[in-house]
Amino acid sequence: MSPQELAEAIVPATADTRRRIPLWGFLKGHPQAAIGAAILVVFALVAILGPWIAPYGPREQVGPIFGTPSNPHPLGLDDAGIDILSLLIYGARITLIVGFAGALVAVVVGGLIGIVSGYFGGRIDNLLMRITDYFLVLPDLVLLIVVASIWGRSLRNIIIIIGLVYWTFMARLIRSQVKVVRERAYVKRAQALGASHLRIITRHVLPQVLPLILAQTVLMVALAIFLETAISFLGLGDPNAPSWGRMIENAFDRSAISYGAWWAIVPPGLAVAVVIMAFNMLGTAAEDALNPRLRVSHLLRRHFRMRPLPDKDDAR
Amino acid sequence: MSALAVEDLHVWFDLPGGRELHAVQGIDLALEPGERLGLVGESGCGKTTAILAMMGLLPPSASVAGRVLLGGEDILAGGDRTMRPHRWTDIAMVFQGAMNAFDPVKTVGSQITEPLERAGIASGRAARARTAELLELVGISGERQDRYPHEFSGGMRQRAAIAMALACEPKVLLADEPTTALDVMVQAQILELLVRLTDELGLAMILVTHDLPLVSQACTRAAVMYAGRIAETGTTRELHHAPLHPYTRMLFQATPDLRGTGAVSSIPGAPPRLDEPTVGCPFSPRCDRAFAPCAATRPPLRTAGTGHLAHCHLEGGA
Repeated sequence: MSPQELAEAIVPATADTRRRIPLWGFLKGHPQAAIGAAILVVFALVAILGPWIAPYGPREQVGPIFGTPSNPHPLGLDDAGIDILSLLIYGARITLIVGFAGALVAVVVGGLIGIVSGYFGGRIDNLLMRITDYFLVLPDLVLLIVVASIWGRSLRNIIIIIGLVYWTFMARLIRSQVKVVRERAYVKRAQALGASHLRIITRHVLPQVLPLILAQTVLMVALAIFLETAISFLGLGDPNAPSWGRMIENAFDRSAISYGAWWAIVPPGLAVAVVIMAFNMLGTAAEDALNPRLRVSHLLRRHFRMRPLPDKDDAR
Repeated sequence: MSALAVEDLHVWFDLPGGRELHAVQGIDLALEPGERLGLVGESGCGKTTAILAMMGLLPPSASVAGRVLLGGEDILAGGDRTMRPHRWTDIAMVFQGAMNAFDPVKTVGSQITEPLERAGIASGRAARARTAELLELVGISGERQDRYPHEFSGGMRQRAAIAMALACEPKVLLADEPTTALDVMVQAQILELLVRLTDELGLAMILVTHDLPLVSQACTRAAVMYAGRIAETGTTRELHHAPLHPYTRMLFQATPDLRGTGAVSSIPGAPPRLDEPTVGCPFSPRCDRAFAPCAATRPPLRTAGTGHLAHCHLEGGA
């Protein structure tokens, strides 16, 4: 047998079935991911098309203060007579932008530090991890209140604060994974062949940790949206950007509850909850698909099935 | 009565996209008390799947048909429910790679004691004594039961795994490649141990392996599996000297002989895919004696003397 034939015998022509995760198959196999993705697509469309589909402007008084839900205003009006539905649609933009941008900052900073720390190890690792520890022990809420009041209330600052709070988590996670990959034989081999650090990181380490980073990013967006809402509720959000968190804060501040105006609080609260849930559903499913070790299906009390014997002629 | 009889056992696995893989396609086996049966065949032919089915240890993605008779009782009939009372107490298994199957954070002894306590055979002091006895039985000092798996060598762990399988005095032992990944000295020890134990305890054993000399050495009878079916069953002597199925002959030809008569030859090609139905004899594309009916019709069951059976179109031996 020639080496060519041998290779073909061992590896049948399966070039088209290389290990990759087709999006469609993934969504089909994970109903919860499909539901999460569908919810997110709806919210993303609303956010993108906001100015065109919102019935009124986000600062436009169109009726009485705390006007009840009615035909032209299905979700009622807020304390300044602004249409809640329009606010919600504009708020989706701000909230999603802050969520994605905050997560991106956390992932980029955390990922970079994690890779450098895990790959080089030794003193660099020690130094970077002690810095990470320092940030980890700082109470998040106190940190963000202090930073927000020093830097001022703006969208950009909120994004940076979210990154500041969450990068440590990412750095730890990526570092541990990089440490595992770094010890693999093919990385040693690349080193022996004289590959540069940059080449090893980009060609051999990054592809191995990328799936993890992707899944974590999705989960991170949910966390970022949650934090943004919390920051806004504490009155540290950007006064000029009507995010969902700010809507809740505003309603709370102007005692919507004592007016009985539940419609000023419930819709944005529900929107935040649904979006976070959707990101979580997608993220955990992605994590599950990309990291089979997290699967616990073998711990379930499910067993093989019995079935009748096949028809003799049919099966043989 | 047979200690263990398997009748028309089938196993299917679900594949993505609603397809199925027919891993075991109707095998029949019978095992007398004290008998050692070798189950041989190349990788992926369904050996392990078949014995996992006999233990009822297949994953939820599997579906099973057929009968597994233990002392006349069909323990497979009710799935896991009817299997559970017999598992480990009547039929036990030495898993493939058993030496790596121990929990690293529990002592070896505690892991042997566990089935004893679960089955209500012994507990406390009595269980400890029984564990020591079991370890002695496989040639490990009973005092070592408080050691952790990493403090054992590979061969010791393998023997400890056998001790664990014997804990509840089963009638049938399924040994899945018990000597693979061990060096020849340890391999010989383990084999000797298994032979001695079956002789002493009257234990029936199925030895799954792809090592033909090992089977000839340890077993009186063997079954050759190919593509989820049994190609040929018979005594090891019959299989070696008068095979009925060309696959059996070619397997032996592919094994180096100490006395060096004839060159070692490999069998070209690869086993068929099991996710598509097979027509005719599954071995026909690789067979050196295939003729017209082989590709078209399923080979009939051919007999040459008691207990020597083969599924082959050829008449008068391969």
